[in-house]
Amino acid sequence: MELSAGRSLGYDAWIVLRRNRAAITSLIILMLMTAIVLIAPLFIPYSIDATDWDNISISPSLSGGHWFGTDGLGRDLLVRTLEGGRISLLVGVVATMVSLVIGVTYGAVSGYLGGRVDQVMMRIVDILYALPFMFLVILLMVFFGRNIVLIFVAIGAINWLDMARIVRGQALSLKHREFIEAARAGGVTTPRIIRRHIVPNLLGVVAVYVTLTIPQVILVESFLSFLGLGVQEPMTSWGALVNEGAQEMENAPWMLIFPAMFLTVTLFCFNFLGDGLRDALDPRDRGASS
Amino acid sequence: MLKFVFRRFLTAIPTLLILIGLAFVLIRVAPGGPFDGEKQLPPEIEANLRAAYHLDEPLYEQFGRYLVNIAQGDFGPSFQYRDFSVTELIRSGFPVSLRLGGLAMLLALFVGITAGAFAALRQNSAADYSVMAVTMTGISIPNFVVAPLLILLFAVGLGWLPAGGIGDGSVKHIVLPVIALALPQIAYIARLMRGSMIEVLRSPFIRTARAQGLSMPRIIVLHALKPALLPVVSYLGPATAAVITGSVVIEQIFGLPGLGRYFVQGALNRDYTLVMGVVVFYGSLIIVFNFFVDLLYGWLDPRVRL
Repeated sequence: MELSAGRSLGYDAWIVLRRNRAAITSLIILMLMTAIVLIAPLFIPYSIDATDWDNISISPSLSGGHWFGTDGLGRDLLVRTLEGGRISLLVGVVATMVSLVIGVTYGAVSGYLGGRVDQVMMRIVDILYALPFMFLVILLMVFFGRNIVLIFVAIGAINWLDMARIVRGQALSLKHREFIEAARAGGVTTPRIIRRHIVPNLLGVVAVYVTLTIPQVILVESFLSFLGLGVQEPMTSWGALVNEGAQEMENAPWMLIFPAMFLTVTLFCFNFLGDGLRDALDPRDRGASS
Repeated sequence: MLKFVFRRFLTAIPTLLILIGLAFVLIRVAPGGPFDGEKQLPPEIEANLRAAYHLDEPLYEQFGRYLVNIAQGDFGPSFQYRDFSVTELIRSGFPVSLRLGGLAMLLALFVGITAGAFAALRQNSAADYSVMAVTMTGISIPNFVVAPLLILLFAVGLGWLPAGGIGDGSVKHIVLPVIALALPQIAYIARLMRGSMIEVLRSPFIRTARAQGLSMPRIIVLHALKPALLPVVSYLGPATAAVITGSVVIEQIFGLPGLGRYFVQGALNRDYTLVMGVVVFYGSLIIVFNFFVDLLYGWLDPRVRL
């Protein structure tokens, strides 16, 4: 057994991850996807809601100027797909951050405090777990209007349960390690221990679940937008575009295929990356999957 | 076992109350009422309407009334479909949804368990890798993308199956919806099954069985299958929730007159009583189902009964 002194967990994980070709490919595709979605619309001469009355529902062509074709109102599908991607990715990242903050705080407190508090807190999570959350989000969207900030918060607020459970388990096992005991003996306060010693040591596991939460969140947002309950016109997202495409698929299949492809590829890559990260970072799985 | 049943029962009750309470509070604090229309109603008429729907009472009285009514199976009148009560709508929509969801669930369990076990027995073979790749696709492609693609291929392109509607209620109308709804669950169940089967096959009692000269098929059926199924059983609860959620969008796409369709229509039209009725109905269904899944789990794995 070789000595691995001085190598951080992050570096160890990188070595494992680097060997996972699917995960690395996914990472590269995701970075490209983000870059294209952010930058490319600047170079396209159409805006998201500009209608081109001479070119209604034309099929994709490189020469016609509309690479992905246009929709029933003559709007350029390429620019809509990219702008939709911005929204979908933004919702994915922001809502995941919301769930991250709630989940990590809740889990770390529950796991570190332990005992009665832990039992009550986890009981609450169990109860919330049994609720049909998609329906509650839809309720929220119905009653408070369909604005995008609410989408972030609503989706984030329902997705923290997994995170809380996982973080709690880790916190529980960290609690009795020497460096925590040392901190406690040294008179460090509980909130500070949680912030400075527990949370930083959870980040590896958290990184895995962040990667796996983002696609879930994107899926939830697409689901809502597909039903017409999510992002509203003139804004759009991949879910909304797939919905429009599904209604026109017999005459204009490209309207379904391009957004669906972008959405699927993104979800695919996040899932592969998350799996790869889990193999690399999650000590529980180590060995079992190799 | 009886004590275990009782304890599980006690946790199901508060979950149900929280669900109903949450839905209730959400609806009452929401801006915009069911009587907000194009034109302003005269105040007297609006007051009469509010009185007719008991909206003028204090919240706790409304909640009490709602609970009592639900207990009697009465979800109130629908705001949108004026001539129907929510209970009637549920009664007309639920059989369609139940048929769709039930068949999807059976298909998912059957195919998922078989494919997962198959992949586990040939771990790291080409067959294993292809099952895993297919299931990853199943997880990554949302069912509202799969469904239109299936329609495009089998209904529009090949013309084998109808593109939507319930038609005369025959099986061919429900084949595509069931497949679209089941695909993601097949993927999840297959992955769960593969993982747990691999773990079980590595455990000492299987090695003992092999050492005693039992044949491999016999070991799998008699010894490995039951413990390997445990994670699948505990996934049944979330799977039901996912199938119910998925059925909302599948019914929409295929134009099936199920409960999910009413729900979406209600949500788009701010039909408070209908939306709430469906949430409470489906929520209770999931909670009750989870209760039975817990019992099943307790029966399969005596350790959790402690």
